Amino acid sequence: MESDNLTKLDDKKYEWMQKKRNQKSSLLKNCVMAFLFGGGFCVIAQGYKHFITSGIGVKFLGELDEAAVSAHVALFMVFLGALLTALNVYDDIGKHAGAGSVVPITGFANSVVSPAMEFRSEGHILGVGAQMFVVAGPVIVYGTFASVIVGLIYYLVSRG
Amino acid sequence: MAVKCGNNTIMLERPVHIINAACIVGQKEKEGPLGQYFDRFEEDDFNMDTWEQAEARFVEETYRKLLSETSGINEAGVDCIFGGDLLNQCMASAIGVKKSGRPYLGLFGACSTMTESMLVGSLTVDGGGAKNVVCITSSHFCSAEKQFRFPLELGSQRVPSSQWTVTGSGAVLLSSEGEGPRITCVTPGVICDYNVTDTNNMGAGMAPAAASTIMTHLADTGRSPDYYDMVVTGDLGSIGHALCKDILKLHDVNVTDGLYKDCGMLIFKPEQETCSGGSGCGCCASVFSAYLYRLLKEKKINKLLLVATGALMSPVSAKQGEPILGVAHAVAIEN
Repeated sequence: MESDNLTKLDDKKYEWMQKKRNQKSSLLKNCVMAFLFGGGFCVIAQGYKHFITSGIGVKFLGELDEAAVSAHVALFMVFLGALLTALNVYDDIGKHAGAGSVVPITGFANSVVSPAMEFRSEGHILGVGAQMFVVAGPVIVYGTFASVIVGLIYYLVSRG
Repeated sequence: MAVKCGNNTIMLERPVHIINAACIVGQKEKEGPLGQYFDRFEEDDFNMDTWEQAEARFVEETYRKLLSETSGINEAGVDCIFGGDLLNQCMASAIGVKKSGRPYLGLFGACSTMTESMLVGSLTVDGGGAKNVVCITSSHFCSAEKQFRFPLELGSQRVPSSQWTVTGSGAVLLSSEGEGPRITCVTPGVICDYNVTDTNNMGAGMAPAAASTIMTHLADTGRSPDYYDMVVTGDLGSIGHALCKDILKLHDVNVTDGLYKDCGMLIFKPEQETCSGGSGCGCCASVFSAYLYRLLKEKKINKLLLVATGALMSPVSAKQGEPILGVAHAVAIEN
């Protein structure tokens, strides 16, 4: 039974009408912007790496081995992402950068800090604490799960 | 007393006048094309601690503004308040009107709540159960984003078909006595489901409902679209507006762009980066209270069909893959 009076409209026809009217974002522009901004974050990270492994950086931190350098750079980028989020800047970057600001580790920091800020009004336990990983949670859960699967396959393959 | 006319339309018999209207909007709305009509705006959310409190304050201040600007009526003269918003359990409306000391009936019709409240309010006045009723709705960009989308500071991109929730509240005072444009007939809408599941394309979800209600209204009353000086849908945005016109055309109902407008398109200009246009209970409420009501008062238009549209969905229904259900309620307002 028809639930309304639109006798000439059905799901299929409406889907086709929507396709005709839909506006898509420009794929080329999005790709270029993502490349530029994503690359920009990498350049910043690379610059920081140079800084801590040369001249003044070494004076402050001492000689670091490769693992320590990687950890340092990651920490710095997470801090940068969190800081820019707190300063209300990261979402403005994200508007133009798209995937360019989501994919780098700064985007991960942004996905944790932004809900923490958003839900502060609901208290530290049920607000900040409970909601902080509302965006990043799935990434952590399925990232861990995927690593277990890959580890299992690696174990089986390397045994054989 | 009101009489049923055709399938769903109800004709009011007694005069129900919209004796006054008021609204308060946010900064972005003030900067939009209707800026000159918004006589009061708030740039700092009343310095409230949370967005929900800010939205409630919009409601409270709009209610006060409406009563203070209407001569011959005091707080006790309001027989009932019909209100609603987008937040869970209509939180903003309840907090906003709690100090009024008047009976309050909360309504939820998503973004269609403004005409839903006017519909219920006008029938209450027509039935003689009330002399003066206030219909009030609100929405707030930040509280709506928090509830329905992602945290504000999350660096995500908006899709072109998405809409921007209007920050603001609008209210009208309906009365059986006094002067002002009359609500002459109302058409409550049926729920339309055309399997739209994209929550970033609410306009497409609501367009069939708008078209359906407009067609029912015209068929029930035997009127043609040009009986009205203006037919205005709630908040379909540019994509929904185009789709609604397509659907009407498909059913041989022709409306021109000059006649048929949409509140979501009226309130923002494209440069404001609001994608497809405005939405939220505050959209139709503020556009009607500030702009359309004024056009009626100044007799620039004499017959208006206001059709607010709502997407009946919740974050839960969306996550469970339920389609977006559209609904639209029409209110005919005439001088």
